[in-house]
Amino acid sequence: MRLVPFLLSATVTTALVVVLNKPFGKIPALGKFFSPHIGFWQNAEPFDAVPEANLTFSNLKGNTSVYFDDRLVPHVFAQYDEDLYFVQGYLHAKFRLFQIDLQTRAAAGRASELAGPKAINFDREQRRLGMVFAAENALREIEKDPLSRSLFDAYTAGVNAYIDQLTEAQLPIEYKLMQATPERWSNLRTALLLKMMAKMLSSGTENDLAGTNAKSIFLPDQLKRLYPQVPDSLLPIVPAGTAFVQPAIVPVIPASADSLYFSHRDTIEAHSHYQPDPDNGSNNWVVAGSKTKSGAPILANDPHLELSLPSIWYEMQLTTPTSNVYGVSLPGSPMVVIGFNDSIAWGVTNSQRDVKDYYEIRFKDDSRKEYWYNGNWEPTRFRIEEIKVKDSTTVYDTVAYTIFGPVMFDQHFSNGYANKMNLAVRWTAHDPSNEGMTFYKLNRARNYADYVEAIRTFQCPGQNFVFAAKSGDIAIWQQGRFPARWPGQGLYVMPGWDSSYAWQGFIPQEENPHSLNPERGFLQSANQRAADSTYPYFIPGAYITARGIRIDKQLAGMNQITPQDMMALHQDYFNTSAEDLRPLLLKHLRSEQLTSGEKEYRDALANWDLLASPNSIGQTVFQCFWDSVQSAIWKDELMRTDPMANMPTEQTTLELLASDSALQFADDVNTPVIETLPERITLAFKRACKVLDTKKAEGKLEWSQHMNPSVYHLLKEALPAFARKGLKVGGYGNIVNAIKHSHGPSWRMIVHLSDKTEAWGIYPGGQSGNPGSRFYDDYISIWEKGSYHPLWLMRADEKGDARIKGVIEFKKS
Amino acid sequence: MKFTVALLITFLTGLAMGMTSLIPWWGFVVAAALVGAIVHQTPAKAFSAGFLGMFLAWGGMAWWIDWQNKSLLSQKIALVLPLGGSSAALLFITGFLGGLLAGLAALCGYYARATAPK
Repeated sequence: MRLVPFLLSATVTTALVVVLNKPFGKIPALGKFFSPHIGFWQNAEPFDAVPEANLTFSNLKGNTSVYFDDRLVPHVFAQYDEDLYFVQGYLHAKFRLFQIDLQTRAAAGRASELAGPKAINFDREQRRLGMVFAAENALREIEKDPLSRSLFDAYTAGVNAYIDQLTEAQLPIEYKLMQATPERWSNLRTALLLKMMAKMLSSGTENDLAGTNAKSIFLPDQLKRLYPQVPDSLLPIVPAGTAFVQPAIVPVIPASADSLYFSHRDTIEAHSHYQPDPDNGSNNWVVAGSKTKSGAPILANDPHLELSLPSIWYEMQLTTPTSNVYGVSLPGSPMVVIGFNDSIAWGVTNSQRDVKDYYEIRFKDDSRKEYWYNGNWEPTRFRIEEIKVKDSTTVYDTVAYTIFGPVMFDQHFSNGYANKMNLAVRWTAHDPSNEGMTFYKLNRARNYADYVEAIRTFQCPGQNFVFAAKSGDIAIWQQGRFPARWPGQGLYVMPGWDSSYAWQGFIPQEENPHSLNPERGFLQSANQRAADSTYPYFIPGAYITARGIRIDKQLAGMNQITPQDMMALHQDYFNTSAEDLRPLLLKHLRSEQLTSGEKEYRDALANWDLLASPNSIGQTVFQCFWDSVQSAIWKDELMRTDPMANMPTEQTTLELLASDSALQFADDVNTPVIETLPERITLAFKRACKVLDTKKAEGKLEWSQHMNPSVYHLLKEALPAFARKGLKVGGYGNIVNAIKHSHGPSWRMIVHLSDKTEAWGIYPGGQSGNPGSRFYDDYISIWEKGSYHPLWLMRADEKGDARIKGVIEFKKS
Repeated sequence: MKFTVALLITFLTGLAMGMTSLIPWWGFVVAAALVGAIVHQTPAKAFSAGFLGMFLAWGGMAWWIDWQNKSLLSQKIALVLPLGGSSAALLFITGFLGGLLAGLAALCGYYARATAPK
């Protein structure tokens, strides 16, 4: 009689265990997930916990002590370089494991392993861009040099030392949610991380595909007006008047360039879906002692990148008996990337230079085995890409490689376009290089000569390295390996069957734009063109002009500068573009045609203080109006092609409006009548007012509510609970304080090279990648207020300092 | 008395078995079934002792973790799941899941003994 209830209870219990042990789609196995022994509860760290451990590893050479201060910044004291980077790898893994694992899988086109079928197209694009090919080429270079190899090996061993001892309970929460496990580290993955940065900063700074479509729409003289190389209002990185030497290379324009290239008006039906944010950029500047109150140089830097949790940066001090550096590192790679040591400080901004070209390839047939080049059929090399997909079957993609590089777009991959054009990519990120060693040397540089020696070999992504030394020297170099182009080369897709269109060489490193101790006593870079038109090379790029103008003018007018003045400049909300644009726009706006509601917006704009501050309504009106004006002027012409041709830059449109009040492009080409500029601008304003009315109804007229500044978790909208939204900050991409919706100053640093170095820094995140730690996002509110942490370059004899809260000792076993 | 003993053993084994990664997370289910079989009571009491024992083990442990963590993580997880950001709801579910499994297992143990030939 009792058999039935037994069977029943046994069945129900077993079934329940089975069900709770099984993931369903996005829902993790709930039994495991809720188990307080191994599930998510284990990621809830005691609020005041600080690391405290004694660890031994056989691959260490000596003893290393890591002192964690009150905001979880590790101060690492090692006896040997190898141990230093072993411990750095260990700490990156301990605090940022999911981040480095996810980012390098994504860099390698392996996101589908975690995200499933929706990431297949992303992965294919990454592979076809040659991301792994690029990383493999870098890896060979890294492992060729014994010193470099030993450092990267040590870093990799450190990451793996952490991964290998990890228990299920200690897995970062994201793995528990996604039912995944971390993958062991390798030098290739470090190389992939560096290529992720290369893509972030040097892919999309070209405009070949959209530019080719623009060429099909506009006449040659129009193209020159709409896409000029040197903006009239440019204040370049290298001060105007700097003399340049005779170029060592003068590239030759191909004989057929006019017919085959410049006048060729075919359109391109290809488009990269996963382009980096065009506002990936930065500010940096340095003022000499002659302009500061203390007489010592002050250096400032704020790289503008996507703002994420965890942050792209991890703050740390790395010390050995022969080196002592403090700054931010990039988890997933060794060394400090932006920082200072006892003698110098440095910072970086993006060069924005075009280092990527597309070539049209003519295959002999659909097999893609041979392509036409210099009158011969040349063999391609195939790379078979295996893309593993979570909860689905593996996808294979065969990519053909030519003399230029991978054929990114072809009949098998066109991102939805019908015209199957074969386009090969030539990109400097594919070339062998070892950018990591630049940072190894910079971390140890003592003076200007060391700095130049360190950055000399840095190839891609091209960066503006700003520099200051205790000796008083200030300098900037735009450093990278840049192709020496003939005028116009690489603006559009080039014929891939003629070697005369290939790059003919590279600009010699010593001819890169640079400046040392200029008379005016300051240097600045903010993603503008590095030099004025007297620079002897053709250097196209995706330049941003406005921030450089503002910073240059501010610094020029300042004297007796203090670090607090530099902080104020970091926070500067002044809208330089609007200062020039507002009178032009208001002049053309026909007020008599506006309704009373529209007039209110007009008045808000007219009375605005030109600051993009968080509660500004004028900034919201201006930006909506200006966006609407740019669309009204350009979209009708640009939309003649699909994908759309690229819009002239904001600076160009501004300068055209200022110089040509009868702007012919104002006419809507889709209507039979000819519209004048005032008509278009008034119409654009009315359109903007509709958007503003919607925003007003939502109570989002104030700029920060309109922008909704947010820092998302790496998994974005999939994990809104791990994000911080609605931050009360202003700014914009063209403003010194370059905050956008979830993009902007990812690290603000100021270094005062006085006798005892003083430094300040802040990033919108926290040292721990664990959402269950109070160190996950504790810096955000400080960043939001525009405040900084004092940066503490700790001495070994300060280990008893009250700021030290925990210690991990690493010993050789 | 038997009820308290059963509850305590379930509670302690539930906590102890989770300490080792050699036993899967559902190890306590087997333990609870054995307790249900060995400590002979009524079916209702077997279930209740198992339920309460594990409710307290999982719920209590989670509560202790959450208290030390000042609910930083539980508030976020309670948005992911979605429970409206309620840490209390998350704690209750944690205890309830452990309790339900242990209670059912204990019942199963009770009936196994009752079914077995004397």
